Amino acid sequence: MNSLLLYALAGVGLFTLGLYALIVHAHLLRKILAINVMGSGVFLVLVALGGRTPGGAPDPVPHAMVITGIVVAVSATALALALLLRVQAKTGRTRFPEQGNIILKEY
Amino acid sequence: MTWDSSLLLLILATSLVPGLVIFFLPEERVSLRTTLNMAGAVVKLVLVGVMIWGVFHGQQYETRLPLLPGGLDLVLHADAESVLFVTLSTVLWLVTTVYAIGYLEGSHHRSRFFGFFSLCVTATVGVALAGNLITFLLFYELLTLSTYPLIVHRETEEARQAGRIYLRYTIAGGAVLLVGTVWLYDVAGSFDFTHRGVLAGLDDADRAALTAIFVLLIAGLGVKAALIPLHGWLPRAMVAPAPVSALLHAVAVVKAGAFGIVRVVNDVYGVEFAASLGVTGPLAVLAAATIIYGSLRALFQDSLKRRLAYSTVSQVSYIVLGIAIVGPIATIGGLVHLVHQGVMKITLFFCAGNLAETLGVHNISDMNGVGKRMPWTMAAFTIGALGMIGVPPLAGFITKWYLGLGALDAGQDWVILVLAGSSLLNAAYFLPILYVAWFKAPPDAWPAERYWGRRETAWALLAPPAVTALLTLAVGLLASAPFSPLQWARFITTQEYAP
Amino acid sequence: MGTAVANTPWCVMVILLPLAGALVSFLWPRRSVPLGLVTALAVPACVAGLGWQVAEQGVQRYAVGGWGAPLGIDLYADGLSLLLLLMTALVGLGISVYSSGYFERKTAAVFWPLWLFLWAALNALFLSADIFNLYVTLELLGLSAVALVALAGGADALIAAMRYLLVSLLGSLLYLLGVALLYHSFGSVDIAILAQRVEPSPAVWAAVGLMSAGLLLKTALFPLHFWLPPAHASAPAPVSALLSALVVKASFYILLRLWLEVFPPSDAAVGQLLGVLGASAVLWGGIQALRQARLKLLIAYSTVAQLGYFFLAFPLGTSIAWKGALYLLLSHALAKAAMFMAAGNILRCCGHDHIVALDRVAKRLPLTLTAFTLAGISSMGLPPSGGFTGKWLLLDAALYTGQWWWALTLILGGLLAAAYVFKVVGYAFTPAEVSHEVRVVPVRMEWTALVLALAAVLLGLGTPWLLALLDIGFPFDSGYAG
Repeated sequence: MNSLLLYALAGVGLFTLGLYALIVHAHLLRKILAINVMGSGVFLVLVALGGRTPGGAPDPVPHAMVITGIVVAVSATALALALLLRVQAKTGRTRFPEQGNIILKEY
Repeated sequence: MTWDSSLLLLILATSLVPGLVIFFLPEERVSLRTTLNMAGAVVKLVLVGVMIWGVFHGQQYETRLPLLPGGLDLVLHADAESVLFVTLSTVLWLVTTVYAIGYLEGSHHRSRFFGFFSLCVTATVGVALAGNLITFLLFYELLTLSTYPLIVHRETEEARQAGRIYLRYTIAGGAVLLVGTVWLYDVAGSFDFTHRGVLAGLDDADRAALTAIFVLLIAGLGVKAALIPLHGWLPRAMVAPAPVSALLHAVAVVKAGAFGIVRVVNDVYGVEFAASLGVTGPLAVLAAATIIYGSLRALFQDSLKRRLAYSTVSQVSYIVLGIAIVGPIATIGGLVHLVHQGVMKITLFFCAGNLAETLGVHNISDMNGVGKRMPWTMAAFTIGALGMIGVPPLAGFITKWYLGLGALDAGQDWVILVLAGSSLLNAAYFLPILYVAWFKAPPDAWPAERYWGRRETAWALLAPPAVTALLTLAVGLLASAPFSPLQWARFITTQEYAP
Repeated sequence: MGTAVANTPWCVMVILLPLAGALVSFLWPRRSVPLGLVTALAVPACVAGLGWQVAEQGVQRYAVGGWGAPLGIDLYADGLSLLLLLMTALVGLGISVYSSGYFERKTAAVFWPLWLFLWAALNALFLSADIFNLYVTLELLGLSAVALVALAGGADALIAAMRYLLVSLLGSLLYLLGVALLYHSFGSVDIAILAQRVEPSPAVWAAVGLMSAGLLLKTALFPLHFWLPPAHASAPAPVSALLSALVVKASFYILLRLWLEVFPPSDAAVGQLLGVLGASAVLWGGIQALRQARLKLLIAYSTVAQLGYFFLAFPLGTSIAWKGALYLLLSHALAKAAMFMAAGNILRCCGHDHIVALDRVAKRLPLTLTAFTLAGISSMGLPPSGGFTGKWLLLDAALYTGQWWWALTLILGGLLAAAYVFKVVGYAFTPAEVSHEVRVVPVRMEWTALVLALAAVLLGLGTPWLLALLDIGFPFDSGYAG
C-alpha cells in the first residue's frame, strides 16, 4: 500500500510543480505545458488512490474518470495550441502583454 | 376581478396606457397625441369622481397583488387621504396637460416628453393610492425615474447637471427609505396603512429601533419633500420646462414626499404613538426651520422660478408642521395645505412660464410693468401670491388659521411666531413682485417677445392659470361647502383622532 | 397528450436537442441561422415540458441509458435546476434571436455550432447528479466559451481568450483534484450518496478548499476576477451577453450545490470570509465600473460587482437569503444580457463605445437606450424589478440575523450601480463634440434587448410562482439552512 501512497504524493507534487510553472513562466507554451503537467498529476492521484480496494483488485471507476480526463485534456490542449498560434500570428509574441494594458480596438 | 378591485387599476391605467402609446407616436402626429393626452386626463377625472362618491358612501376599493414572500402584497387602497391627493393630482394633471401642449408647441421630442409626463402622473396616483409602505416605495421610486427624463429634456449641459444632482439626492433618499422599510418589516411584521397607525397596537416593540426607523423613513421621504438640508435638488431642477416645474416640482414630487410623511406619521406609527416616542417634536422643529430658511433664501433670488422654488421648499413644510404638531386642528391645517399649496403654487408657476414664453422674462428685475402687457396672467399671479401670504379669504389664510389654532390648542405656542414670521417673509418676497409688475413703467422692449394678435398670449397658456386662480379663490371662499378640501381634511382627521 | 408529456424524458431532450442542433449546423453551415433559431425555439419548449413534469410529479431522476448511479450517469431535476434551466432557456432564446441579426455569414457558420454546443453543456451541467459529470460539463462549457471569445479574431480577443482558457483549465483541475479526494474518501461521486456519507476529515477539508478555489476562480469572485473584464469586453456582443449572463453562473451553481448538500457544515468564519470577498467584489467592481471609459468594460465590471452579491448569502445562510441570491442571479442574467446587447447595438450604430462620446444615442436608438436603462433599474435594485426582490430578501435576511453590515453593502452597491448606469444615460442624451457616421441597427437586435430588459424589470411581479418553484425538492433544508 505504501507505494500507492507514494504515487499519490508524486501526483500531488506534479500538480504543485505545474501550478508553480503556470504562475511563474511567461511564455504561453510553457503555461500550456504546465497545465498538462498539472493534469497528469491529478490523473496520477486518481489512479493511485484507486489502486487500493478491500478486494485487492484496483477500482475501475477512477480509471474511467482518468480516461475521460485525458480526452478532455487532449481537446483542451489542442484548442490551447491553436489559440497560441493565432496569438502569435496576430501579435508576433507569445506572452501576455503587461498588466493593466487592456486596450480594446474598435471593430 | 370585481369593480371594487379593478377601479383603482383602471385609474392608474388611464395615464399609463396613453403614455406608453405616446412614446411610439411620430413627432408630427400632434392631434392624435393631444387627443390621447386629453382623453386620458378626462377619463381619469371621471373615474376619480366615481371613486370619491363611493368612498364618501363607505365603499371599499382595494386591489391586492402578491409581491414578496411573507405576506407583503402590492396594495392599492382608496381611503380618505388617498382621495385628497388623487383628486388634487388628477385635476391639476388635466390643467397642466393643456398648458404643456401650449407651452411646448413646436419644440422637439414632444412624444418623449408626454410619454414620461404620463408616467409621472401614473406614479403620483400610485403613490396616492398605495395601501402599504412597500407599494408606496414602488411608486415613489417610479416617480424618481420618470421625472429624470423631464428634467434633462432640454438636453443642455445645465440640464444634465441638474438631472445628476436630482438623481443623487433622490436615489440616495430612496435607498434610505428602503432600509427603513425593510427594518420596519423586520421589527413590526407588516405595514398596511391603518387608521391611527399599525404600530400603535404593538406594545413590546423595540422603541429605540422604532425611533431610528422613523428617522430613516423621514430622511428618505424628506428628500422629495424638500426638508432642509435635503432640499438642494429643487432649485436646480428649475432648469426644466415650465410645465414640469409647475406640476412636478410644485405639486407631484414634493407632495409625494410630504404625503409620505403624512402616511408614516398617521397610518404607520399613529400620531399619538409617534408623540410618545418623542419624534414629533424634532420633526416640528425641522419643519419650522425649513419654513423660515426657504422664505429667507427666496428673498434673495432674482430669477422668478428660483424664488418660487424656495417658496415651495418653505410652503411644503407647512404640511409637515401640521402633522408634527400633535393635535387635530393642526392636522387639518396640514392636510388641507396639501391641496391649497398645490393650486396656489401651480398658478404662480404657470404665470412664470407665461412670462418666459411670451416675453422672454425670467428675472424679477425684468418684470417692470408686466401687468400692463399681460394683465390676465398677472391677475392670476396676484391671486396666487396673496394666497401664499395668507390674505383672507384665500386658501392660504385658511391653512394658517388652522395651523395657528392647532398650535395653541396643542400648547405649542412658538409655532405662532414661526407662522407670523413666515407670513411676513412671504409678503416681503411677493409684494415687491406685484409692485414692480403693476406700478412700474414697462421697458421699451421685452427680451424676446412673441405676439398672439390682440390676446396677451396663447389660449392654452392663459386658460390654465385662470382656472387654478379661480380654484384658489373657490377653495378659500367655499371652504365650508360639502366637498371642499377643508371638509375632506376634517373627515380624515376625525378618523385619525376619534376615540 | 398529458401522459405523452409526462412520459417523455425531457431531461435528456433538453440536452440532446441543442447538441443535435450544434451538429447539424456544423455539417450544414449555409443553413446555420435558421437551424439555430429552430433549436432556440425548441429548447425552451423542452424546458417547459420538464417544468410541467417537475411540477406534477416532483423531483425527477433519470438514469441515462438505463445505467444508474454509482457507475452510470444520472440526471436530476429539482426546483433549483429548473430555475437555472429556465433562465438559460429564456436568455438563450434572446441571444439566439439577437445573433441571427448580428453576425455576418462566415462568422455565423462558426458561431452557431459553438453556441448550441455551449447551451447543451449548460443544460447538462444543471441536470448533473454527480460531481464528476459536473467536471466534464464544466470543461465542455469552458472550452466552447473560450472558442466563442476568440471568434472576434482581434488581438485583444485572442489574448483574452488565451488567458480565459488557462484560468478555466486551472479552475477545473483544482476541482478535479477535489473530486479525486472525495471519491477516495467515500467511494461515490453521486451527490445524493455523498450527502449521506460525508463526514469531516482532513481529506474532505482539502477537497473542499480545492474545489471552492477552482470554482471561485471560474466564478470570478474578487480577487480572482482579473480575467473577466478583458474576456467579456473584447468578445462580440452576443458572446459577452452569454458569458456574463450564463457561463459564470454555472460554476456558482456547482459551488451552491456542493455547499448545501455535500460539504460538511463549516464554522461561521468561512461564510463570513465568502461574504467579505463578495462585499469587496460589490464595492471594487462598482468603483471600477465608474472609472471605465468604454461601455463594454463598464458592463463587464458591473458583472464583477453583481457576482459579489450572490456570495452575501453564504454568511447569512437562511433560506430567505439563498432565495434572494438566486433571484438576483436570475434577474442579473436577464439584465446583463440586455445591457451587453444594448452595448452591441450602440457599437454597431456609432462604431465605437466611448462613453463620453456617445452622440445622442437617445434619439437614434431609443429602444436600445430604454433597454439599457431598464436593465440598469434591475441592477440598481429598484422596484418592481427582480433585482429589487432579491435585494429585499437579502436585506431582510441581513437585518433578521443582525448582520447589518451586509445590508450596508447592498445599499452601497445599489448606489454605485445607479451612479454608473446614469452616467451612461446622461451622456446618451447629449450630443458629443465630434459626430461619427451612423450605421443602421437591425430591428430584432433592438427588440431582443428591450424584451429581456422588460423581463428583468417585471420579474418582481412573478415572485410567488418562482419562489414556489424553488421549493420543489428544496435543497435549502439540509446542510446550511437557517
